[in-house]
Amino acid sequence: METTAKKFNISLLLAELLMILLALVFLVPFYFLLANSVKSYSEILSDSAALPSVFQWNNYAEAWKATDFPHAFLNSLVVTVTSNVLLAFLCSMCAYKMVRNNTRYNRMLYVALVAAMVIPFQAIMIPLVQIVSRLGVMDSTAGLILAYLGFGAPMTVFLFHGFVKSVPMDIEEASRVDGSSPYGTFFRIVLPLMQPIIVTVIILNTLWIWNDYLMPSLILQDPALRTIPIATYSFFGQYTKQWDLALPGLVLGITPVVIFFLLMQKYIIEGIAQGSVKG
Amino acid sequence: MDLKRKSRLMQQFIFVGPTSLFFFVIVLIPFFLGLYYSFTSWNGISRHVEWTGLRNYIHIFTKDPSFLNSFWFTAKFTFFGLVLTNLLGFMLAYVLTRKLFTRNVLRTVFFVPHVIGGLLLGFIWQFIFVRGFASVGQATGLSFFNLPWLGTGATSFWAIVIVFVWQNAGYLMVIYISAINNVPQSLIEASKVDGAGRMQALRHVTIPLVMPAVTVCLFLSISWSFKLFDLNLSLTKGGPFKATESVALNIYNEAYTISRFGMGSAKAMVFFVIVAIISLLQVRATKKREVEL
Repeated sequence: METTAKKFNISLLLAELLMILLALVFLVPFYFLLANSVKSYSEILSDSAALPSVFQWNNYAEAWKATDFPHAFLNSLVVTVTSNVLLAFLCSMCAYKMVRNNTRYNRMLYVALVAAMVIPFQAIMIPLVQIVSRLGVMDSTAGLILAYLGFGAPMTVFLFHGFVKSVPMDIEEASRVDGSSPYGTFFRIVLPLMQPIIVTVIILNTLWIWNDYLMPSLILQDPALRTIPIATYSFFGQYTKQWDLALPGLVLGITPVVIFFLLMQKYIIEGIAQGSVKG
Repeated sequence: MDLKRKSRLMQQFIFVGPTSLFFFVIVLIPFFLGLYYSFTSWNGISRHVEWTGLRNYIHIFTKDPSFLNSFWFTAKFTFFGLVLTNLLGFMLAYVLTRKLFTRNVLRTVFFVPHVIGGLLLGFIWQFIFVRGFASVGQATGLSFFNLPWLGTGATSFWAIVIVFVWQNAGYLMVIYISAINNVPQSLIEASKVDGAGRMQALRHVTIPLVMPAVTVCLFLSISWSFKLFDLNLSLTKGGPFKATESVALNIYNEAYTISRFGMGSAKAMVFFVIVAIISLLQVRATKKREVEL
């Protein structure tokens, strides 16, 4: 008995050491990024593996100005938050009605939405740009948000649909007997019950929309409207190989989403595990 | 009675209407328009759209080696991307469900690359492959680091695979962890009482019971790797000499670099059909192997 316990601990200790080693390997790219972001250009070229001999914080000030970071950050924030709120709101309503009101139209819509989940973005992007400009919302934040509402709908409705099916009807019936309207029942009774899946949906859509490059690159042209990924792309194209500017620019670009992750980690991890069970 | 019907229609309109509208305008109509354009030689600008029948499709399969090459690249990439992310993701999950002191910190570390978008990751790794690896190579003399990573087709392929695995293994790990945690401890204990070792318990108890998670993870990793775009664009831009051009990037270049919207649409339809077939086959194949508890 004692020997097995001992053996068990040694294997655990070995596993722990191996994992820590692997984690360090995983972190190496961040080391290169951070260490070189404060070096002078010549120092980056002479040795990119060493720690910086002088911390040149000025790199950040210049990258901040060149990317117009506050603007890009704000644009990303507005697009991500608005799209998220509307997607969660409208798609939860839609999914709820589709489950509770089993008409032919609703069944067909559900099939179309599920089928559309396999449509790659490239298969719709060319006509999409045409339609967005026909609607007169090309090169605007509103147009971009509209595109996210449409393209995000299949996955979002699908996740809500699966969840609503598991919500018992009795509670809703009780509230209706108490004289609540269908709208009141949804917003006061059903929506609060959907909280776990709403968290999942918001996390998945946030990771997607915040990091998306192709959609805004097709819809937005005005530099003042740029989100972080397109601002980074054009900045990087301008300063190719000028690493002392490009690297701090990249650090600025990844900082908001990494902070968001570290703060919301618990929900993100749970949300993904949840979403995969339904997906 | 009539009033009730009216109110029901109104509810349907308010609850389902907006999402239906956005879905039709942004996804369904463009999809069918794209299908139509794929039979034309439209260039995106001219008002006149000429119907060319199957000409675009025939051209794609007989006279466009760059598209076929991008398919070959994407297929190869999907294979390695899928196998390696799932193996690493499962291994991480398996070890990190044991009672390690640092397991929470470790989970965070392995997951964090995923929250950064492919576009920015590609740029970050461009620096690492070009400058970082060179420095490590100089210091250690290891030939692995002295390879021209983004300079040749073969090494660029592996460069993208490395970044892809680094980016996504942690996400699959999270899904596998929750699946492994749901395997009843009593079954593992029972198998041990029956004389099974750790490896046998893994093979005959844990793995069959986490098959639903395997389905999900395979589905996700196929979908990510087959639709590879952002990372491809920022890390190699399809180069050198189009050696690492994914299908998604090839379609994008067809449409926006050489302005052949008709041809681009036809390629996109071929892409769609293949994605759809793979998704269906894959879900069906793994569903068969799932074990009901």
